[in-house]
Amino acid sequence: MLDSSFALLGGSPELLALFVGFGLVVGVLFGFFGMGGSFLVTPALLMMGYAPRVAVGSGMAFVFGTAVIATLKHHDLGQVDYKLGVIMIAGTTLGIEVGRASVFYLEALGLAGGVISVAYVLLLGGIGLLVTREALAGDGAGIDHDAADKDLSDYEIPPVAKRIQETVRIPPMVSLRGDVQVSAWVITFVAFLTGLLSGFLGVGGGFIRMPAMIYAIGVPVPVAVGTDLFEIVFSGAIGSYLYGQGGGVDLGIVVPLLFGSALGARVGSAATAVVDADGIKVYFGGMLLVGALAVGIGEVGSYVGSELLETLGLLLVIGAAVVVAAAILYTALRSLRATRRRGAASPE
Amino acid sequence: MAGLAVPTWDPQTALLIGVILLEAVVLYVGYGGLERLVGPRVMDVLVGGDQRAGQ
Repeated sequence: MLDSSFALLGGSPELLALFVGFGLVVGVLFGFFGMGGSFLVTPALLMMGYAPRVAVGSGMAFVFGTAVIATLKHHDLGQVDYKLGVIMIAGTTLGIEVGRASVFYLEALGLAGGVISVAYVLLLGGIGLLVTREALAGDGAGIDHDAADKDLSDYEIPPVAKRIQETVRIPPMVSLRGDVQVSAWVITFVAFLTGLLSGFLGVGGGFIRMPAMIYAIGVPVPVAVGTDLFEIVFSGAIGSYLYGQGGGVDLGIVVPLLFGSALGARVGSAATAVVDADGIKVYFGGMLLVGALAVGIGEVGSYVGSELLETLGLLLVIGAAVVVAAAILYTALRSLRATRRRGAASPE
Repeated sequence: MAGLAVPTWDPQTALLIGVILLEAVVLYVGYGGLERLVGPRVMDVLVGGDQRAGQ
C-alpha cells in the first residue's frame, strides 16, 4: 500500500523524505522572513540533475501552492485587497507583454544586454537606497512582524504616496483596505510599470510590486504582502499550467515539498512572535550569498564534468538553508524558555 | 512570468494544477486544525516545565 503510494508520486521513499525535509526548511524560512526559500528550490533541483524545464516548472508549481496557503492565511487576517489585486493583475499582465516586446526590439538592435544590465543596477540600487534610508530613519525595513496585531488604518502612508493620492484625483476613485482612496488609473499605471520591469528583466516581480504598492499607492504593508501573494497565485497558476503542458511539473517533487513547507511555514511564522528578526537578517543575507556561491560551484562542476563539485554545490545550498532555519528554531526555543523562566520567577 | 502567452485547454494539466491547489487547501485546513489540537501540548514538551507556572 505504502509502496504503491510512493510509486504514484514517482519517487523512492528516501527521495520523498528528502523533499519533505527540504520543504520543511524552506517553509520555516518563508514563514519567518515572508520571502525567500522558494528560490532555493529550483537551483537545488537543477543540481540534483533534473532537467531545467522540470526544475523551473516544479519550482513554479511549488511557489503556486505556497502562495495559495499564504493567501488563505492573509485572507483570514483581512489582509488581501481583492479589488486592488484584480486591477494589479490586469495592469501587470499588459506591462509584461510590453516589456517582453521591448526586449525583442532591443535584441534586434543589439542593445538588449547593456540596457537590461543598466536597468537592473538602477532598479536594485534605487530600491536598496529607499529601504536603507527607511531603516536608518528608524522605521524598520522588510516585513512587519506585528502586522497581525496592528490596525490597518494605523499605518502611516509614505509621503510620496500621500502626494500622489492628493494630486491625482482622476475618477474612478477606488477605496482600498486601510482607508486608502486612490485613483484606479494610478493603480493601473503602477501595475503596468511593475509589469513592464518584470517582463523586461525576466523576473517574477514581487520585489518590485511590494515596494511599489507601499510607496506609490500607499497600501499598508500587510495588505501589500497579502495582495502580492494573491497576484502570485494567478501568475504561479498560469506559469505552472504552461510548464505543465510541456511536462515540466513533477508531482513527485511538488507534493512532498508542499507537504513539508506548509508545516514549516506555520512554525516559521509562529517564531516571528518571539524572535527579533533583525538579529537573524544577517544570517539570511549570508544564506543568499552562500546560495549564490553554491550555484556558481555547481555550474563550474557541471561545466568541467566534476561530480564532486556538483555535489558540493548542492550540499552548500541545502546546508545554508538548514543552518539558517535551525538558527531561527533554536533562537525561538531559547527565547520561549527564557520568557517561561522569567514568568515562573516573578511573583503574582 | 506567463504574460499573455495564451495557454490552450488541456484537461490533464488542469487536473495537475487542481491537485496542487487541493493539496494546498487541505494542508492549510489540516495543519491549522492540528495546530489547535496538539499545538499547546507540543509547546509544553519543547519549552519544558509547567506551562502555567507563571500564570
